[in-house]
Amino acid sequence: MRKQLVLQPRIKETGLQLIKGYNFAYLDEGTKRMIRRAILKAVAVPGHQVPFGSREMPLPLGWGTGGIQITASLIGPDDILKVIDQGSDDTTNAVSIRRFFTQTTGVRSTEKTWMATLIQTRHRIPETPLRAGQIIIFQVPIPEPLRFLEPRETETRKMHGLSEYGVMYIKLYEDISIHGHIATAYMYPVMVHNRYVASPSPIPRFDNTKMNRMPALQLFGAGREKRIYAIPPYTTVKSLDFEDHPFEIEKWDHCCALCGSGESYLDEIVTDDQGGRLFVCSDTDYCQERRAVGHKGSLPDAVKMAITRVKRGD
Amino acid sequence: MIVIDSLRKSFFLHLQGGVTLSVLKKISLEVKAGECLALCGPSGSGKSTLVRLLYANYKARDGKILVRHQGQWVDMVKAELRKVLEIRKLTIGYVSQFLRVIPRIPALDVVMEPLQREGIAAHNARRHAEDMLTRLNIPQRLWGISPTTFSGGEQQRINIARSFIKPYPILLLDEPTAALDATNRRVVVELIQDAKERGAAIVGVFHDEEVRDAVSTCIFEMTFDGGQA
Amino acid sequence: MSVHDEGPLLKVMGVTKYFGSRVGCRDVSFDLWPGEVLGIVGESGSGKTTLLSSLSGYLEPSTGTVKYWMGQEGLVDVGRLSDPQRRYLMRTEWGMVRQNPREGLRMRVSAGANVGERLMALGARHYGKIRSEVFKWLDRVEIDLGRVDDSPETFSGGMLQRLQIARNLVTKPRLVLMDEPTGGLDVSVQARLLDLMRSLVSELGLSLIIVTHDLAVVRLLAHRLLVMRNGEVVESGLTDQVLDDPHHAYTQLLVSSVIQP
Repeated sequence: MRKQLVLQPRIKETGLQLIKGYNFAYLDEGTKRMIRRAILKAVAVPGHQVPFGSREMPLPLGWGTGGIQITASLIGPDDILKVIDQGSDDTTNAVSIRRFFTQTTGVRSTEKTWMATLIQTRHRIPETPLRAGQIIIFQVPIPEPLRFLEPRETETRKMHGLSEYGVMYIKLYEDISIHGHIATAYMYPVMVHNRYVASPSPIPRFDNTKMNRMPALQLFGAGREKRIYAIPPYTTVKSLDFEDHPFEIEKWDHCCALCGSGESYLDEIVTDDQGGRLFVCSDTDYCQERRAVGHKGSLPDAVKMAITRVKRGD
Repeated sequence: MIVIDSLRKSFFLHLQGGVTLSVLKKISLEVKAGECLALCGPSGSGKSTLVRLLYANYKARDGKILVRHQGQWVDMVKAELRKVLEIRKLTIGYVSQFLRVIPRIPALDVVMEPLQREGIAAHNARRHAEDMLTRLNIPQRLWGISPTTFSGGEQQRINIARSFIKPYPILLLDEPTAALDATNRRVVVELIQDAKERGAAIVGVFHDEEVRDAVSTCIFEMTFDGGQA
Repeated sequence: MSVHDEGPLLKVMGVTKYFGSRVGCRDVSFDLWPGEVLGIVGESGSGKTTLLSSLSGYLEPSTGTVKYWMGQEGLVDVGRLSDPQRRYLMRTEWGMVRQNPREGLRMRVSAGANVGERLMALGARHYGKIRSEVFKWLDRVEIDLGRVDDSPETFSGGMLQRLQIARNLVTKPRLVLMDEPTGGLDVSVQARLLDLMRSLVSELGLSLIIVTHDLAVVRLLAHRLLVMRNGEVVESGLTDQVLDDPHHAYTQLLVSSVIQP
């Protein structure tokens, strides 16, 4: 009940009403405890998929119900939540999830990576390096990296148990055979703590390097598949590769047209039907922070404003 | 090199109402190094059967077939299968009436195979096989073709080449010249004479009396009732 | 490859497999030595495939043991190996060529990946080396190198079977089990496959157990032969001996039933 007391004033700040008749963060405390137990187990065995009793959520499967349940079981009144969808804080998915938590918990939300204590994400890791004490929660559609070659769950579990990971290299082998290089662009498999191969969820392979020895705790939730796995802080995460075709991240010939960054993951934006296009940061918060301290891209300011509005969906 | 003692062989035919055919009754003989024993007798007297028993292609009912293999006497009737295979590989060469080979393998490879099995380098084995095919008048254009397409006489010469390419201490010849013309018969006679000179013990069935007289050092008469004369 | 000459590679003792009250195979015993080819013949339903599955650990025999020579450890009871040990054995020293190549291949990945998989499973992590080994084996089984990145779905039956053989032999196993490898192939393709298997046996010194109902195949390939009927071995011996001088009524029937072309 203490929670409710603390929460009341914050709700007023956001302008959203706390929905009555629901438990804090929607899930009942028993369910949250069950999920936290699964998380503890997942942290204890880095990269290993732990089954959990996934619940029906008031959002459709495929909208990040795995991540939402993890967030719901961890979030407390003092947390500050950030929700991103493909790097952006204001797409439908991110907005819906943020609103869901604001209305069921009343906790503060933020777009600032450095300020957040919990970051729920779909398909990206923020460009701003995460720090110790933060938790990043990934929404995972297919948690099993072996699935595309081995449909039997009993068999994939055995393969994980015995570290039989030769088949993982088939996809990479075929990439090189057909494209001359490893062309897998997202969901690029990683070896966690030299033991379990895990899927990093559909993040671009650009973000794989950020997972290695990250100071923040990384949690992965698959709602439909009922699996949770984790990468504890400072864990070694290695992207699978061949000796003669080492892992490489994507590179662009461009810098961000808005903030001029040459180090971030870029989205391509088609500007007209004449083949015109722009490259801008996928991480909107990172881009804005840079612009706020005076970094400039190649575009005139008026166009920048317009693009920012388009990206925001105004 | 070969000692046969009281050898008996019969066939039990299940499919013909359980008839027993007694083909060989108490055969005993001996062949020494450098000898060529010709088996004689009417058709059906068991000449081919005896040759096949020597090669363990047929199983004897009782008796002994002792063969000198790597300095030791081995009884082909009782020997382990692995031993029999080893004896066939190292000691006994056999020219049968049929050539059984995997289709598609060229004649040259078929002929050089016994040498290769022993671990002789391919180029050496090939040279020997070429010499042998030349000597047996197999035209060079056939060397690269599978013998399954050859005429009867050509197939027989491939069989002979295969068995004479290696100095087997024992040679078993079942009608080696049956389908050959006079020229090639002479070549085979030469080959047999050479083998005798190097000390091979030979047992053969020769229909052709001329060939038999030319190569045999002794004759073993067999009778129709399965005994020896 | 170190081949030991002092004893059998595989020792099968009294292997029996029941399916409920029905007999799959009963009291089968034999030794297989390094470099030896053993044929198992018999009509459909005679227990050949059941025996093969019991040997490979795919089925657990009801009674009897299968022992395999594992170098320094000597003859080891395959049934008592731990799951990881058995799986390791199956992808290193043993190969299994199935009658239906689709069951033995990954149909959704390229021909080259099918061959390379066992290498990668054994820890090969150098693409260039894997690739050249793949080419070597495709060439060995006479598959056009231009097809290396094609899906096996586009291959003919004979090509699939050869691809399956390449996939199994790329890690140079010591024992290969083949279930009707020439079944369903036309004769010219069969001949090519026989030639391939013969040369692989002699070059790699591998031991082969080949289950078939085709007597011509075993005559040309197998050193020794088991004839099975109703789950039991009714006759065994040197291949030519069994085929040319059959003793058991069933073997005589089998041999006399072959149609001569």
